[in-house]
Amino acid sequence: MVLVYSDDKKLTLELLNKAQELGKELHKKVIAVTIGHEEFAKEFLEHGADVVIVIETSLQQFKAEEYTSILQSIMKDHGNEVVLIGSNKNGKELAARLAAKLDAGCVMDCLKVSLHDKKLTTERIVYSGNAIAVEEFTTAPQIITIQPKVFDPLPRNEHHKGEIVKKKIEPEHSPSKIVKTQEMKSEGVNVEDAEIIVSCGRGFKKKEDIKLVSDLADVLKGRTVGCSRPIAADLKWLSEDHWIGLSGHKVKPKLYIACGISGQIQHIAGMRDSGVIVAINKDPEALIFKSADYGIVGDLYEVLPKLTSAIKEKIG
Amino acid sequence: MNLIVCAKQVVDVAEIKLDASTKKPILVGVPQKISDMDKNALEEAIKIKEKHGGKITVVTVGAPDAKERMKELLAMGADEGVLVPPPDHADYHVTAHLLAGAIQKIGSYDIILCGEASIDLFSGQMGPRIAGLLNIPQITYAQSITVDHNKVLSEKNLGEKAVSMESPFPVLITVTKESNQPRLPSLMAILSSSSKPIHEWPLTGVSPEALLPKVHTMDIKGIPMQRKNIIYQDDLDQSISKLVDELGKVGVLR
Ligand SMILES: Cc1cc2nc3c(=O)[nH]c(=O)nc-3n(C[C@H](O)[C@H](O)[C@H](O)COP(=O)(O)OP(=O)(O)OC[C@H]3O[C@@H](n4cnc5c(N)ncnc54)[C@H](O)[C@@H]3O)c2cc1C
Ligand SMILES: Nc1ncnc2c1ncn2[C@@H]1O[C@H](COP(=O)(O)O)[C@@H](O)[C@H]1O
Repeated sequence: MVLVYSDDKKLTLELLNKAQELGKELHKKVIAVTIGHEEFAKEFLEHGADVVIVIETSLQQFKAEEYTSILQSIMKDHGNEVVLIGSNKNGKELAARLAAKLDAGCVMDCLKVSLHDKKLTTERIVYSGNAIAVEEFTTAPQIITIQPKVFDPLPRNEHHKGEIVKKKIEPEHSPSKIVKTQEMKSEGVNVEDAEIIVSCGRGFKKKEDIKLVSDLADVLKGRTVGCSRPIAADLKWLSEDHWIGLSGHKVKPKLYIACGISGQIQHIAGMRDSGVIVAINKDPEALIFKSADYGIVGDLYEVLPKLTSAIKEKIG
Repeated sequence: MNLIVCAKQVVDVAEIKLDASTKKPILVGVPQKISDMDKNALEEAIKIKEKHGGKITVVTVGAPDAKERMKELLAMGADEGVLVPPPDHADYHVTAHLLAGAIQKIGSYDIILCGEASIDLFSGQMGPRIAGLLNIPQITYAQSITVDHNKVLSEKNLGEKAVSMESPFPVLITVTKESNQPRLPSLMAILSSSSKPIHEWPLTGVSPEALLPKVHTMDIKGIPMQRKNIIYQDDLDQSISKLVDELGKVGVLR
């Protein structure tokens, strides 16, 4: 079987698209798993699952040890060719632990997946964005994780019928405990969906100055502000949903404007697929200019207000 | 406290160049270093040791020249090093078994620390794999670690959520870049670390099946970045009006 799991419903729908294609080629059923969310089952069927397994459990929250034992128990009952897991932080630690438990291969953050001789061939970014590794599994089970937006969900098909199976699994108990969960301040931006992104980096001297990028973003119809890792992770001037790069969000807007960002390879890894890239930096030697279509060498405090009003004038 | 830090020798990704004709990255001759977040992991271990006492062992699966890089970790504050050479073909499955095997051979461990991810492969896979093989709890993406008697408390950062976890020993924790600022060893520390041992352990105690990779790397392709590189650097007002014109022409202002 081809098993699909993510704690993110949207990502599950995206993975189902690829799973269905792999299932056809392998002549195997596509099984989507939801842990505790019966209400998603019908939608998973309509987007390509042949079977939805609804796990009824007393677990309140994700813990890799426990979720791993749940997936392991499903795989024991249903065979185990291919496992697709949504690549977020929970998904990655789950996939890796599961792979260890099954002595299986695992490839994280695949961008391309194909089958040769029933074995998966995958492509993923390595060396912080310098290269793509093409890897091939030698044997099942084959576990891969896939990030958001790599595949689109299949259009909804109300006629795609399947089976909903409820299962009670009491997972193996883990001695660790979640003592507190705190929602982080999030501005609810979704950089992955943005058509235009204006990003800020350490070239900004203080938090309030970020208004310069949001003003420009507002004038452009994209309205989305992105940032480099230090702005979100070290300075915490913006919430992490703005963070772009290797360890942040991967984006492909039609226009990406990088302001006061040096252009280290790890930042480029998150935005290299953008349509047009513009860089504003006061250092003519800044790396970012090598990755840009257009650049302005200048002080962003001078450039941004002028650029904002020039664009406003142009598009009215 | 017995603390184990898994540290990987990696190529310095900022120094990689693409071969002009094949467009593939040139990986030979690139300077090697210890993967960034593994130093954060060691820094956490040193802080725990400073408070609670104990011993820190650094474990690396890597080529013999990794010994040179490991010396830096001993100078920072690790007590001993263990170097296990990999077989010719190793994937995560194989390397995880080698690391877990070495850790079992060390014998006693309370906290195993890894980086959140290695900067060359950036999988975040090895830590949870080792925890799985040793059948111990795992806490990933830790931003802080506090040891209290017989348990450890750790804050993990999930972006939209911050989760505080508690675990008895033994436990495996992966550490983020923001958790701390790794110390730079003093000259004294560098000199006195030369007497600290680095053991080279052959591939013993690992079953032959564990040495058979499940994933083979078929190719490493380059990703050439083709951009126009039109840079305006003279009069600012002119630069801006040229840029806005261009952006209008290529159709991204609609
Ligand atoms: C494993 C790993 C993962 C990482 N993941 C990410 C990631 O996901 N995303 C990410 O962004 N980074 C990531 N990084 C960090 C990355 O290597 C860089 O450190 C980071 O991107 C630098 O951020 P910056 O460009 O904002 O700051 P800096 O490198 O400090 O650059 C600031 C720039 O602003 C310019 N500047 C200063 N003042 C002005 C002014 N007045 N006007 C115009 N320009 C000005 C300077 O010339 C400089 O180029 C990662 C690093 C590692 C090791
Ligand atoms: N060959 C290795 N030797 C020692 N530790 C390693 C090795 N490979 C990975 N690790 C550890 O596992 C972490 C995650 O690596 P990765 O799964 O490659 O992203 C690293 O930060 C190290 O702590």
